[in-house]
Amino acid sequence: MAQVTLRKLVKHYDETPAVRGIDLEISDKEFVVLVGPSGCGKSTTLRMIAGLEDITGGDVLIGGEVVNDVPPKDRDIAMVFQNYALYPHMSVYENMSFGLRLKKTPKDEITRRVQNAAQILDISELLERKPKQLSGGQRQRVAMGRAIVRDPKVFLFDEPLSNLDAKLRVQMRTEIKKVHQKVRTTTVYVTHDQVEAMTLADRVVVMNGGNIEQVGTPNDLYHSPSTKFVAGFIGSPAMNFLPCALDEAAGGLRVRLSDQLSFPVPQERTARYRPHLGRGRLLFGLRPENIMEQRPHLEANQNPFEVELEVTEPMGMETLVYFLVQGMEVCGRVNPNAGARDGKRIKLVADLNNMHLIDDESGKVL
Amino acid sequence: MSASAQAIGPRAAAKPSSLKRSRRWALWWSYVFLVLFAIFFLMPPVYMLIMGLKTSGEIAAMTNPWWVFHPTLENFKALLGSTQYLTFFRNSAVIAVAVVIITMLIAVPAAFSLGRMKFWGSTTLATGVFLTYLIPDSLLFIPLFKIMAWVHETTGIALLNHWWALIIIYPTLTVPFCTWIMIGYFQSIPKELDEAALIDGAGYIQMLTKIFLPVALPGIIAATIFAFTVSWSEFLYPMAFTVSTDQLVLPVGIVTTLIKGDVYNWGQIMAACLMGAAPPLIIYAFLMDYYIAGLTAGATKG
Repeated sequence: MAQVTLRKLVKHYDETPAVRGIDLEISDKEFVVLVGPSGCGKSTTLRMIAGLEDITGGDVLIGGEVVNDVPPKDRDIAMVFQNYALYPHMSVYENMSFGLRLKKTPKDEITRRVQNAAQILDISELLERKPKQLSGGQRQRVAMGRAIVRDPKVFLFDEPLSNLDAKLRVQMRTEIKKVHQKVRTTTVYVTHDQVEAMTLADRVVVMNGGNIEQVGTPNDLYHSPSTKFVAGFIGSPAMNFLPCALDEAAGGLRVRLSDQLSFPVPQERTARYRPHLGRGRLLFGLRPENIMEQRPHLEANQNPFEVELEVTEPMGMETLVYFLVQGMEVCGRVNPNAGARDGKRIKLVADLNNMHLIDDESGKVL
Repeated sequence: MSASAQAIGPRAAAKPSSLKRSRRWALWWSYVFLVLFAIFFLMPPVYMLIMGLKTSGEIAAMTNPWWVFHPTLENFKALLGSTQYLTFFRNSAVIAVAVVIITMLIAVPAAFSLGRMKFWGSTTLATGVFLTYLIPDSLLFIPLFKIMAWVHETTGIALLNHWWALIIIYPTLTVPFCTWIMIGYFQSIPKELDEAALIDGAGYIQMLTKIFLPVALPGIIAATIFAFTVSWSEFLYPMAFTVSTDQLVLPVGIVTTLIKGDVYNWGQIMAACLMGAAPPLIIYAFLMDYYIAGLTAGATKG
């Protein structure tokens, strides 16, 4: 039983606030990812959970107990660092067993646990090696092994994959997910990579400027972001934002992007958006995959329009197309066979079933 | 287009070979200077050996200074047979070993706390430690003499003219510098290493003994070599603080006992210096490998 609770957690470095009073409830066995741009307070939050950073205000609870003044070693946590932090003079076995040896665990128990962890991570044949004889991926496995061996209440990961090359990172991501499925320990994972966050997490916590922007499952965040920041941060390429006006027209509401370009708002959203009619500073948000090539049969709320392409980026399975609307660059994703070329006029379709309307002043998604 | 390509062609081909040639020249010159420096620095010990192997008669006859016509081990035998020289040697050795131990016992924890445990004024203190080292011993020996005399007056413990008192004096030279080297070394150890140890359940003492000491071994050895060399070769302090023949250390003892008035016993002086220079050389030879081996490799990325 190890839920982690943060209550009004605050951290100031001298006078600079790093974390501004966040509340978070992480349940037992859950895999939670803190994600955000650098300087958003995610690492500081993790380090406060670990006890490596003093708490300016609020509480950290592990397993229902306030641990604000409990030293790291008594919090029953294990942490994996970005640069692995393996003890260079110890073998892999000694690295993994260091914590247990300090706790005076019986020898055969240590051997059993280390071998078990080594098996989970597939590093059994590396146990006698020194860290410098290992590759980056192997070192990261050893660092994870050191965490697993201690059988802690909570795993803390601080950007564990950032030092690995792109291919290995994807591989280790799957590895971490597999390990969590086997070990089922409550995990808090910090990353700046939204793909890592989406793929690993049960729930993602998006942080920005020391605050939590939104907490939710990866799908929640992707499909129903609550703020402009989350809408823009999650998903790659990022969501398109265009200034727009909301008009009443025959038969319903319309979002007007320019004099030539306006789309009818889907019927089921009319009630939700009507209070904002005629309001200034609205943004229209649409993900690139909701802008696609012209199709023979249009479904409901799919609206055709024609543009001149600025740039195209063939990705293989799809082609990214960029065009301008009122001087703002917009990205769409079309089929590679749709004939998109730089400078060509092309018919596209905007699928408004997944549109977002954002109040640019408060940054809230309406 | 083709003309310019032709013009570029040969030049592009010539470039690597000219690079290779300039590299060869650089190597050649570096060897020339290395050989010159090696000769320059090896000359004194070679000269000491040659002179040490000559008899007083041969030295007085002023034959070729770079050749021995009648080699003899008389000088070495005489020194090793004299209790005086062995006493100097013992005094020097005991002092050096004790000073190294005391220095390390003070410098390592000091460097660990100054370099690793951030507390109010720790950076100022670290700078202060270094500034202490910058004051030369030629300025310090008079106040130190006064302090030792004062200690004798107030406590009755006689520190002057006792070789073992140098064990307390030398650390004033060695501790600041060794602390400074160790601070730098400890700071180069990635911070995540102590955090990992903290989470693994290590206290500060265990962190120091189980993580920092082994990882910083090259730094510790460098500091040890420094402390040993300083206390082995220190001349001014023992010259000022010890007088009686049985209380002297090697550098002072050689000078005061082998030069009698204006009579220089060159053969024995040279032999004594040669044997006196041996211990630091032997220590360097053994510890050099440790010193060079980068133990921190593999601690973090890289």
